[in-house]
Amino acid sequence: MPDNAALQRLSEGLRPIEAVRLSLLGPAARLAFRSREAGIGPAGEAFGVALPREANRFGQSGSRFAFWLGPDEWLLLAPGEDAAPLAAAIEAATLGVPHALVDVSSRSVGIEIAGREAAFALNQGCPLDLSLAAFPIGMCTRTLLGKAEIVLVRLGPELFHLDVWRSFAPYVIGYLDEARREFA
Amino acid sequence: MLIINCPWCGARPEIEFRYGGEAHIARPADPSALSDQEWADFLYNRTNPKGRHAERWRHIHGCGRYFNAVRDTVSDFFVATYKAGEPRPDIAGETK
Ligand SMILES: [Zn+2]
Repeated sequence: MPDNAALQRLSEGLRPIEAVRLSLLGPAARLAFRSREAGIGPAGEAFGVALPREANRFGQSGSRFAFWLGPDEWLLLAPGEDAAPLAAAIEAATLGVPHALVDVSSRSVGIEIAGREAAFALNQGCPLDLSLAAFPIGMCTRTLLGKAEIVLVRLGPELFHLDVWRSFAPYVIGYLDEARREFA
Repeated sequence: MLIINCPWCGARPEIEFRYGGEAHIARPADPSALSDQEWADFLYNRTNPKGRHAERWRHIHGCGRYFNAVRDTVSDFFVATYKAGEPRPDIAGETK
């Protein structure tokens, strides 16, 4: 399993390619939250970001994100924060309401893909339509990149973040680096 | 690539989905009251139609949800998709 230092070395070894810039995102608190109706509002309030009810959309407040992954499933992301107090606050707010809250902070790593050919590079391994009409800013979804499952997020016309399970990260970084070679 | 309409996510590529067998097969309420043949029918025997087939799919690399679809087994055309728990849509007609 590649640790943060190994992934950092890998990403620092990449050539700079302006059309598709790849970079590793820093450590973050990640919480997987699942609940039916009663727990959704209180959890969002405790986290500070209302959990989006629209499919495949994310909510944001400051640096915190709440990604819709399924009708009763969200990924809560807080870059640079400690997961324990966040989890404690959500547990307190959802006391007595059936739900699942799991700290998955170390399970995955974040990668940023930026530049005018970012969507093109992602599309070498991801079958989704990444045009702005079909995949607008504010959209997030689980999908595939090559053989790896990822959570793909669009933050800008030419700015994506993806979250991938740690053991797949070197594969995904290598895949995207290969996909952007023609722009070197 | 075949496009499948997830009832939650909309049109998505086939590769994000997994097949889940025939839909609307309820587990018998009291299995011990069944004969071996009836139990075997529940477990193994399916309608296997040539034409429109109600079946389960899972958007495993998306929202993760199971849902149902009516698909034509001859043309592989998805006639309809609908959420789990909803009745099979009344779709007339044979293979097209
Ligand atoms: Zn879906």
